[in-house]
Amino acid sequence: MVKNKGLVKTVQFKDPRYVGDPINAVKIFNEKEVDELIVLDIDATAENREPDYRMVENLAGECRMPLCYGGGIRTVEQAHRIFALGVEKVALSSAMVACPELVTQIAAQVGNQSVVAVLDVKRGSGNGRYEVWTHNGTRNTRRCPVGFAKELERLGIGEIITNSIENDGLLKGYDFALVDSIRESISVPMTVLGGAGSLGDIEQLISRYGIVGAAAGGLFVFKGVYRAVLINYPSPEEKKAVFLRSGYGRSPCESERISSPY
Amino acid sequence: MITIIDYGLGNIKAFANVYKSLGVPFVLAAKAGDLDDATKIILPGVGAFDHAIDLLKSSGMKERLDEIVIKGKAPVLGICVGMQMLASSSEEGKLHGLGWMNGTVKRIDSSSLTTRTRLPHMGWNSVEAVRQGSLFEGIDTGTRFYFLHSYYFHCHNSEDVVALTEYGGWFPCAVNSANVYGVQFHPEKSHQGGIRLLQNFANL
Repeated sequence: MVKNKGLVKTVQFKDPRYVGDPINAVKIFNEKEVDELIVLDIDATAENREPDYRMVENLAGECRMPLCYGGGIRTVEQAHRIFALGVEKVALSSAMVACPELVTQIAAQVGNQSVVAVLDVKRGSGNGRYEVWTHNGTRNTRRCPVGFAKELERLGIGEIITNSIENDGLLKGYDFALVDSIRESISVPMTVLGGAGSLGDIEQLISRYGIVGAAAGGLFVFKGVYRAVLINYPSPEEKKAVFLRSGYGRSPCESERISSPY
Repeated sequence: MITIIDYGLGNIKAFANVYKSLGVPFVLAAKAGDLDDATKIILPGVGAFDHAIDLLKSSGMKERLDEIVIKGKAPVLGICVGMQMLASSSEEGKLHGLGWMNGTVKRIDSSSLTTRTRLPHMGWNSVEAVRQGSLFEGIDTGTRFYFLHSYYFHCHNSEDVVALTEYGGWFPCAVNSANVYGVQFHPEKSHQGGIRLLQNFANL
């Protein structure tokens, strides 16, 4: 998450704590060969402004892994400009709630694979049902994430990221009940964010859902019980061990070549 | 000079960023006149096959590229949909491909996918080289690259297959015939392995 041009980590979408300079972070993530980076500018929509194109360009210029940018994108033109800066995917949230057709319009230009929905989800205090929120968890759209995810899929979304507002920053694990409710209702790739505090949490996610995007914030920027800021990321060996322990079986490089026509 | 074809599709800037950081000179080409000094060509691409072919045609560069690649024998590297465009046709679209390489583009067989594997094939997967050297010089077999696609390049000549990846079955993820090269994954977004591959292409 980016706020005031700095990288921040929130707890339940509140109390943003500064954890470093985004460009530096990208350089470290390059060295650590991170799978994919999602950068969300949490000021842009809240301040009702456009994306900070300069910052996005600088980030994309350094980034040697797929980059997904979200924050302040409300029009096809803005999305187009973000892609031209060297970004693979754009993430939509409040604009897509206001105007779901935006998904179709952007996808028509760049392909579905590059249009991502971020669903910030929280249970309603009264009914306990999951609902989609926007504007950093301050506005309740009252939309059910399952129904909305299905609608987005019909409109041509390429990927859905769910972010659990309640689990955000707690480092106590993902909200599986939320993932359960959405996962089987959609067939587009899904990435889960919110709550991961250990590689064990990621292992559980993969074990439960197979091929699924496991995303984390705090896990990769804090170290130890005192949450000292230290950007970290599992080594290839550690990642492989997570795959093996998850019971998903194998990391792909160890598969046998069976029934290959080549 | 390495010439990156800028016909409105694909992450042109990402290739430029990699070559800039490697100190390898390159130019972007958006019209036929930009192709005069092209000795090596990078053809990126994302999205739908017909849309990509349409855009390349309307850029006015297609005929000149045909000459440079077919007659001039300049090495060309197609990436993602850029690789698929090298084929004669695709199950995804109705238009003819460039036909620079013997093959057709097929959809990944979704019947072979389980509920745990879905399309598009999106993410990192290991690449197993079946032919050493050239683009994969100095890259360990099993190195992971970033993929994002639902269709793959089916080679009519099995000797054109350079590397394979498994997702709902094995498919060629890198191909080469004479001066024509293609990779299904995104080297521009695949860390050191991808950077090395783009360097190798520059060194050809």
